[in-house]
Amino acid sequence: MSSFDEINGPPSVIHPLPTGGPPPLEIHDMTVAYHKKPVLWGIDLVVPQGKLVGIVGPNGAGKSTLIKAVMGILPLSSGWVKIFGESFKSNLRRVGYVPQRESVDWDFPVNVMDVVLMGRYGHLGLLKRPSKRDRDIARECLDKVKMLPYANRQISNLSGGQQQRVFLARALAQESDLYFMDEPFAGVDAATESAIIALLHEVKARGKTILVVHHDLPTARNYFDMLLLLNMRVVAFGPTDEVFNYELLQKTYGGRLTILSEVAEAVRQKGA
Amino acid sequence: MPMLRKNKAVRAAIFLLGAGLFLLLAPSAQAAKIGDLADLNFADQILRFFSMKDPSVRYALLGSIFLGVSCGLLGSFIVVRKMALVGDTLSHAVLPGVAAGFLWNMSKDPAATFIGATIARLLGTAVVSLIKQTTRLKEDTALGMVLAGFFAVGICMVTMIQHLPTGNKSGIDKFLFGQAAAISEGDVKLMGIVTLLSVAVVLFFYKELLITSFDAGFARAAGFPVQLIHYTLMLLLAFSVVISLQAVGVVLVSAMLITPAAAAYLLTDRMHRMLLLAAGFGMLAGISGAFFSFLGPSLPTGPFMVLGASVVFALAFFFGPRHGVVMKWWHHRSRADRVQRENTLKSIYHVLEGREFKGEGVSLRELADRRRETIEEVQTQAKDLKRKGLATLHEEGNLIFLTPDGWLRACSIVRNHRLWELYLTNAAQIAADHVHEDAEKIEHVLGEEVVRELERRLQYATKDPHGRPIPSIEDIQRGLAGLSRREDLVGYGKRS
Repeated sequence: MSSFDEINGPPSVIHPLPTGGPPPLEIHDMTVAYHKKPVLWGIDLVVPQGKLVGIVGPNGAGKSTLIKAVMGILPLSSGWVKIFGESFKSNLRRVGYVPQRESVDWDFPVNVMDVVLMGRYGHLGLLKRPSKRDRDIARECLDKVKMLPYANRQISNLSGGQQQRVFLARALAQESDLYFMDEPFAGVDAATESAIIALLHEVKARGKTILVVHHDLPTARNYFDMLLLLNMRVVAFGPTDEVFNYELLQKTYGGRLTILSEVAEAVRQKGA
Repeated sequence: MPMLRKNKAVRAAIFLLGAGLFLLLAPSAQAAKIGDLADLNFADQILRFFSMKDPSVRYALLGSIFLGVSCGLLGSFIVVRKMALVGDTLSHAVLPGVAAGFLWNMSKDPAATFIGATIARLLGTAVVSLIKQTTRLKEDTALGMVLAGFFAVGICMVTMIQHLPTGNKSGIDKFLFGQAAAISEGDVKLMGIVTLLSVAVVLFFYKELLITSFDAGFARAAGFPVQLIHYTLMLLLAFSVVISLQAVGVVLVSAMLITPAAAAYLLTDRMHRMLLLAAGFGMLAGISGAFFSFLGPSLPTGPFMVLGASVVFALAFFFGPRHGVVMKWWHHRSRADRVQRENTLKSIYHVLEGREFKGEGVSLRELADRRRETIEEVQTQAKDLKRKGLATLHEEGNLIFLTPDGWLRACSIVRNHRLWELYLTNAAQIAADHVHEDAEKIEHVLGEEVVRELERRLQYATKDPHGRPIPSIEDIQRGLAGLSRREDLVGYGKRS
């Protein structure tokens, strides 16, 4: 099992965030609809600082919709969202994002470095180009995910796991305090997956908060500090040990028996 | 640094544009109509064209350069955003606007044409999004209908204008297939302004255009006004289509957007290089179109420009260094040749190993028996080795001696093969009699680094799963050092 570099002392791209501020994410009565059909309904949520939170739920539960709505990519039908006590727009730079890998065209004429530098674009003013410092940060982030040797490679020549790591490096380059990651483990091999999880735990240890959309229940129990069980509404949100139980998961997944048997198995293992 | 290079290139482009505008405004020499030139001979025509003494030639050439640059730049974004069909549709949608602009004051006024065409184009965009949003129909259907519908209206209006008493001489029919010679001074000024605007926007908002084209969701989350940038791009696109109409024509103008950019896309993996190439190709296509249509009386410009662009694309398609068909074929062929050569070297090694490295030369017969091939086949292979400096041939080509290079390659191929077999049996726990086939393929692609790693993981094992020795780097080098003494050559590569 391989692991990424230990996070060394300064200089590091991951600056520690002191605790005690307003909560990184607060959602009040948020409803999101596609074509007048609600996808998320009356979401209330307060995520505490310094947690690695897994968002789980069946297909169509609105997991991706939740994070897109929070970041203003999708419009809210009602309710409000606060990021560190303020609106998302005024705290843009404190939020990092890893979209789904399929959401972009990997034949796009850019190389790995270009993509990671895009993480710096939000910090640059109008008409400004990435500086040497931005390049240094991007390089450091690439190093964190063990992708520095691929910096000049065109992105279509990467494996799925490598592409995912490039996206992760881009998010790290945003130097944010709150991260949203949409299925960062899709199409990733097991070794890379555990290396990414190790990295996320290190980032979290610096006071950062990370919300991860995750579709694999059995691993969710081991990966995350807290779980958000989602199915159009918040079924449960709390420490993994408290919410990862048969009743709540059954409530989340409804009658989907194949998943339920997986859950039963996972719960049984937990009891053992 | 690529950024720096790009800045320089863009500065050069701006300089060229400026120089062009200056040339345009310079006092014009004695003019002759393009039609009068038809009876001159070919060389005179060429001279006339490139000396640009004739203002209409100058306008045509400058206009073609301008439209090539702006179409190439904006077309690049259309291609990477997968909006080629949108570009095509909306180019056809401008025809009613051009006709309406003519009807405005019954003459071919650049400003009226520009305004009319831009409005028609934006109207086309609006209709497409209206259909898309209010019905279940998808975008491609909406685009197809709008393309044909607007074009039909345009054709009707153009026909009507041509039947008006003043219409026939107006040259409105030139808007269908383009006539660079009809470009007026006013047209060229408008083209220069639009091109300068396109260059400036791409230069100053490159970062915004890049991030929103690559990953709109991420860009929106990072606070970029994705919609605004999209509409700005669409508006610029509308402008450059409209200024291109006079030279390329409504029917083919979208090809000037797409083809140079597509050719550039085949040649590079970086966006800024794609932009520069596309602008260059667009310029080239524009010039060649203007030139060829100039050669004969009343030849349309548009088809020649599009042909020029298509030739550039075909060249990129066949001869592009990375994605070109010919290069791919060549790489494949040379790879196949290399594998064949390495297999021959390996067989020679096996023959030598079979007689415990006694005697250095391997006869064609021995090699043929080993490879289960005919003498003729191994003879060809031996000649190939000789050509590559891997072996020398003796006794009328019947005896093969490996050169030091040949030895090195033979040893490393055998080493790769046996290391891989051992690795599969040890690490992947595959039975020893199942690993040969896999190793046959992998031996040709293992890099030095991987080989080092394999050796380390296998704790520098000396025997493969079948009990045969694995030649190590030290063995190979020791053998090489001994090459200066002929007697030491016997048994070279053998483990002590």
